[in-house]
Amino acid sequence: MTESNNGVLVVVEMLDSQPIDLGLEMLGLARRLADSSGGTVTAVAFGTGLETTGELLSAYGADQVLINDHEIFANFHAEAWLPDLSKIVVEVAPALVLIGHSLSGTDLAPRLAYRLDVDVATGCESIDIVNGRPHMTRSCFGGLAREVVTFNKTPAVATIRSKTQEPLTQMMERVGEVQQVNSILDVNSIRTRVIKREREKADGVKLESAKIVIGGGLGLGGPEGFDTLNEIAALVDGAVGASRAACDLDWCPRSYQIGLTGRTVAPELYLAVGISGASHHMAGCGNSKTIVSINSDPDAAIFKSSSFGIVGNSQEIMPALVEEIRKLKA
Amino acid sequence: MKIVVCVKQIQNPEIPPVQFRIDEEAKVLIPVSGLSPVLSPYDEQAIEAALRIRDEAGKDSDIEITIVTIAAKGARAVIKAALALGADNAVLLSEPTFDGSGGYVTAHNLAETIRALGEVDLILTGRQAADWDAGVVGLGIAEILDIPAITFACDVQVADSVVTVKRILEDGIETVEANLPALVTISNELGKVRYASMRETMRAAKKPIKEWMPEDIGLDEAQVGSSAMRYELERLYIPVNDTECEFIGGDTPAEIAATLAQHLRAAQLI
Repeated sequence: MTESNNGVLVVVEMLDSQPIDLGLEMLGLARRLADSSGGTVTAVAFGTGLETTGELLSAYGADQVLINDHEIFANFHAEAWLPDLSKIVVEVAPALVLIGHSLSGTDLAPRLAYRLDVDVATGCESIDIVNGRPHMTRSCFGGLAREVVTFNKTPAVATIRSKTQEPLTQMMERVGEVQQVNSILDVNSIRTRVIKREREKADGVKLESAKIVIGGGLGLGGPEGFDTLNEIAALVDGAVGASRAACDLDWCPRSYQIGLTGRTVAPELYLAVGISGASHHMAGCGNSKTIVSINSDPDAAIFKSSSFGIVGNSQEIMPALVEEIRKLKA
Repeated sequence: MKIVVCVKQIQNPEIPPVQFRIDEEAKVLIPVSGLSPVLSPYDEQAIEAALRIRDEAGKDSDIEITIVTIAAKGARAVIKAALALGADNAVLLSEPTFDGSGGYVTAHNLAETIRALGEVDLILTGRQAADWDAGVVGLGIAEILDIPAITFACDVQVADSVVTVKRILEDGIETVEANLPALVTISNELGKVRYASMRETMRAAKKPIKEWMPEDIGLDEAQVGSSAMRYELERLYIPVNDTECEFIGGDTPAEIAATLAQHLRAAQLI
């Protein structure tokens, strides 16, 4: 591998030809780190219909944008990404590679790291440069602890949790160098075949971008409890999530799951209804600005993270809360 | 057909958070005394996935399920637990300096262990270990052995040397297949795992457990433990939570709800 510089390379995940929020958040982090260490920020985007992506990612902080625009990259597929991405990382030789801690990113990052024979830190919440080395802070032990790790070989690969970083304000006058990638992908090298993709239809506000998220857990008493949560979500323009326990019981779609192995949210308001607050759930909502919880158990862990708490039966309180919010919104 | 399931012994992750303690100076977990170690739950689901494949193939199938684990000492209890669930045999790589937190080294050592077993058709791992939560070892093994890997499986089927996997996406399910040999990481969406039956538990006592030292599979000192590590643990701590909770009370649900709604409105949250 060529000599490493102080650069930061960000893999920006694209959805319907647009960068996902997490990609822009990572560019914000990359910009701050590169500015403090005197390096450059390289953004890499794989996808299709990326004609304006270069300008957009420059406007969010990239000095250089590498675009790999091809039909084959329309959906994430690690084996299709890896040959080009490995080559790019070797050529750019950054000190740090940032990949989103989405399901795609967590599928991609370890493969990339082992292919480059370097180490990877997954699920990072923050990164600081200390004495020229990235110090990566990540959650472990189901969210109960944090570890700070450094690597003795570059580049360090890290996946970054959603909503832990601030994106820069978009400035279209910030111009970067945009290049198209000459793909070296040999499609015959792809060993896994996607047979079928079934996507759940998302209606309403997307969980990650909602300002208000209402999470339901076992305390709801059954799947019908989610009807009330949906009513409130509709009234306040929010989104509904759930604890893993509720998902495991099929009380709601699996895609509702918030937590360590589910989605990460950090809304202005997280209303936790009948959720005990196990650390693996808090790993997905602990960065919310305000947490309000309703739980019948006064000792529930969720109250330790809540600004407001109600000890009581959510099945009685929630219908009343729907009425109150309806009145306020009228 | 030979299936290898990689498992890890960890401290029970279901302990109440108040019992969870860390020695910040030594940067290690302080084990809760009197608590038996358990199989990492995702690994238990990987064993379940292997057993379901064998159940599906029927009684006369030639499917052999081998448990592979690395531990500094012991780990016999969790190997026994895995055998009692129905696995056929086990390999324990005894590595005195193993501390379980270095995914990079673990993947290399597990890959060498699997190589030493000879022909393996399918390797299953949990999506991540429920202690360090890294989720890198499974994919690492596949990269090192240069075989296809499919992550976050909720259903695994094998037929005619092809593995067909339903894997979770953020917003749905994807069906992916690969020719064997392949590696699949299992997610909690696989569903309920079985309990060990009395019969299998009795049989487990007689199942073979091989104990290998690193040198038995050609690993030298530079390839194991801290000397091979790519990472350094700078700090390990329990984050402080200083949120002060204001409890809202009232005589009726309506009154409580009204007070809460007012608070939320006052904080401009709704």
